[in-house]
Amino acid sequence: MSREQKAVERARKAFLTGRSQSLEYRINQLKNLLRFVRERQKEIAEGLKKDLRRSECGTPLYETLGLESEINLAVRNLKEWAAPRPVSKSMMTISDQVYIQPEPLGLVLVIGAWNYPWAVTIGPLIGAIAAGNAAVIKPSEVSSHTSKVMEDFLPLYLDKELYPVVTGGVTETQELLKQRFDHIFYTGNGTVAKIIMEAAAKHLTPTTLELGGKSPCYIDKNCELDVACRRIAWGKYLNCGQTCIAPDYILCDPSMQDRVIQEIKKNIKDFYTEDPKKCLDYGRIINERHFKRLMGLLEGSTIAVGGENDESECYIGPTILKDVKPDAKVMQEEIFGPLLPILTVSSADEAIKFINEREKPLALYIFSSEDKLIKRMIAETSSGGVVANDCLMHFSVSSLPFGGVGNSGMGCYHGKHGFDNLSHLRGCLIKKLKMENVNKMRYPPHTADKIGWARFFMLKHIDFGSLGRMAMLALMVIFVAVIVQRYYTD
Amino acid sequence: MSREQQAVQQARKAFLTARSKPLDYRIKQLQNLKRFIKEKTTDITNAMRKDLHKTANATQLFEILGLEGEINLAVSKLAEWAAPRPVNKNLLTIADDVYIQPEPLGVVLIIGAWNYPIAVTLQPLVGAIAAGNAAVVKPSEVSSHTAKVMELLPLYLDPEMYQVVTGGVPETQELLKQRFDHIFYTGNSTVGKLVMEAAARHLTPVTLELGGKSPCYIDKNCDIRIACRRITWGKYMNCGQTCIAPDYILCESSIQDKVINEIQKCIQEFYTNDPKSFADYGRIINQRHFKRIMALVEGSTVAIGGDSDESECYIAPTVLRDVTSGSKVMQEEIFGPILPIITINGLKEAIEFINEREKPLALYVFSPSKKVIKQMISETSSGAIVANDCLVHFTISDLPFGGIGNSGTGCYHGKYSFDQLSHLRSCLIKKLNMEGVNQMRYPPHTTEKLRWARILLLKQVNLARWSQVAQVAVLAALAAFVVQRFLRR
Repeated sequence: MSREQKAVERARKAFLTGRSQSLEYRINQLKNLLRFVRERQKEIAEGLKKDLRRSECGTPLYETLGLESEINLAVRNLKEWAAPRPVSKSMMTISDQVYIQPEPLGLVLVIGAWNYPWAVTIGPLIGAIAAGNAAVIKPSEVSSHTSKVMEDFLPLYLDKELYPVVTGGVTETQELLKQRFDHIFYTGNGTVAKIIMEAAAKHLTPTTLELGGKSPCYIDKNCELDVACRRIAWGKYLNCGQTCIAPDYILCDPSMQDRVIQEIKKNIKDFYTEDPKKCLDYGRIINERHFKRLMGLLEGSTIAVGGENDESECYIGPTILKDVKPDAKVMQEEIFGPLLPILTVSSADEAIKFINEREKPLALYIFSSEDKLIKRMIAETSSGGVVANDCLMHFSVSSLPFGGVGNSGMGCYHGKHGFDNLSHLRGCLIKKLKMENVNKMRYPPHTADKIGWARFFMLKHIDFGSLGRMAMLALMVIFVAVIVQRYYTD
Repeated sequence: MSREQQAVQQARKAFLTARSKPLDYRIKQLQNLKRFIKEKTTDITNAMRKDLHKTANATQLFEILGLEGEINLAVSKLAEWAAPRPVNKNLLTIADDVYIQPEPLGVVLIIGAWNYPIAVTLQPLVGAIAAGNAAVVKPSEVSSHTAKVMELLPLYLDPEMYQVVTGGVPETQELLKQRFDHIFYTGNSTVGKLVMEAAARHLTPVTLELGGKSPCYIDKNCDIRIACRRITWGKYMNCGQTCIAPDYILCESSIQDKVINEIQKCIQEFYTNDPKSFADYGRIINQRHFKRIMALVEGSTVAIGGDSDESECYIAPTVLRDVTSGSKVMQEEIFGPILPIITINGLKEAIEFINEREKPLALYVFSPSKKVIKQMISETSSGAIVANDCLVHFTISDLPFGGIGNSGTGCYHGKYSFDQLSHLRSCLIKKLNMEGVNQMRYPPHTTEKLRWARILLLKQVNLARWSQVAQVAVLAALAAFVVQRFLRR
């Protein structure tokens, strides 16, 4: 039996003991996970520094603070999330118990990515634990130092049978994908995602695929360009552009291009100094392969800012390309690096057309002071998420479902969505063995007047919700009237 | 270009005109769909009679009524379902617009089944239309007469937006090569895997409404008479060809005889002494399934029924007793009027038996004891669970109808149909002011900035609770004011 098979079997066996069913157990595990994140900041930061040249403060800011927040949210709300959810009654079910019971799925496979390895590997794990599942965690081998930290330390904090960490590369992942899971949660690219979904299909395993794409960033003529460009510069060059929701490219009017370039250049200097290579807060490309890939994308486009690079350090400076054409190399794939192409469009209409000719992105960014324009762009395009007048921030709003659509993915997570996505929401109808007469209308022989009754019961809609509210209001009015009468007429 | 390719292309072209975006359009199409089922009732019931030996009244009761209910619900609730859904804010987004916007996915492929062809083909279509999608509807070729009636849909619905493509395996395979934004399949798990595999090539999400062996546990302390009445109804409706039919019974041997007696009484009451000549008793859909089902009886003891007539695809309401877990009838979903009874020693053994098998689409437990019901729910898993009745959860629009594991993925009915076939897009609308607050996120990253970020990200303020408290305070103040002003004389 392979190592992967063993881990999967042990996790399933552990799940079948039923110990992850109790909320106490899950909260305990989540609290342990929180302890891990807090106590091992040093090891986590060291791993990230070696993998991505992440700065000391970058670790909590962009990886672990978000996890802490999600864990706290899950711990605080678990009882509510896991409780039976009553549904509105109808005339047919007026004396029955009707509700939705969230239940664990079983065994979840979490395949992480390398760009924010903690956020995108542990983030889904929080939902898996909260929902009562067992989980096999397969961190990305590309962020190898972080992967080692997960392998060495997670088992010291979490139930190591229920949540095994399985490290490895393509071979190990393929071996994992042969096993049967109850859900597969994958973060990465579309090519591998298709392979994963195909493997999942053999077991009818549902999947959550957090993918990517080219997230467009439209800058309207009517906007405060200095603020807009500041936010865009931050969103783009964070983690050296290796962010699934980074603004991939800019669309703006030709008359604005120069100013946009100027403003972004100003902010690059502000954030990363005159020499980003020496600045601790500026990252590196994850490895040589991606470095070469990115340098290849520059071909054929005009560099307006940056372009400096150093292969020995996998360093590429914050770069802006101007007057980029739609068929340029840099526009043929998700950049995932610190290259920011600007394409000029003469109107919002043209921008919308451009966006819609392409695959649905994970994020869409619109910078404008005009509400109407923002609303129109939202209505006429589609994307995983959309943010007006900022970048990336929807990632940190736990009440927003984070996920893609079309080529950018399926399913979502964060907050309660993470819990629901990794639960089975089971329909429950509890009736009693009486009132049998009511059922006569459904039994054979099926006559026309039985249908009449069935029609009445099934099609007549009584909004019990608003009836109830009206009744309460009436009661309150009566109560007040009684009090008023009692105490004020003397 | 194949016929299937053309249909998909036309549907996509129609979708891209954006005419299905306005709610008015969708409501109109839904109302047209309703007109279709009302005006073509006779065609539909005739077709069902030919396909499944269903009476007109049974078709009304078990297919048309449910569909009508779903259409009515969608029409009356569409504005609410399609509206932006505000979500809880955090401290960072307190001044922003934060909501979820439901949007159409694009072109949805709906592959129907033959057992309740109208219900399982057109109910998903209601969700697809309501959510603003285009759809390609592929009715099951097995219920061929009903498929023919569905070809009339283009007379009522926008014929470009909602295509009907009939055909068998080759046509379905051709359809599955095309790119869709969602595939909704009802049928068996073998084909379900093929559908999901095809969908994977385009990263198309799927809803798979499959089946399985839905267990039916009868507690010895329950009112066996009423329990058996409901089970008999649930089992033999449509000749057992219901995805959520109670597949087999689990009970203690001490009540097996009583169960058999009661079921026999009910069979007689519902279907008379001669179900074969009774109009409200159906037929097996075709010879292939007839042979399959008859073979399942092999090796088991027939307690009731067992007679059949291949020329009519007729199988009598049948009960098998003392069935063993290794018998043929326990190896696959029966989908026919054969009801095996397996004896076990109590609830614990029943739960073990159920858990050794694939998660079913439905689980039925008959018991007067809340404790027993609770235990069954918490120690098993299934698409849905019903205590003390069969099938009826299908008609509750507020319950998500779907499977888990081998019984399926995704769900529908009511708002679930709408949500399943929508993209729930996160929207965060900020303004280009208050830039000062953002300082803490920009490089250079300092510990001081980090401290602020910690506070803003980790401090949980229950804004919803605060606003509730604020509202109550305002009401109380108002009440006090009114009391003081107008009632002091």
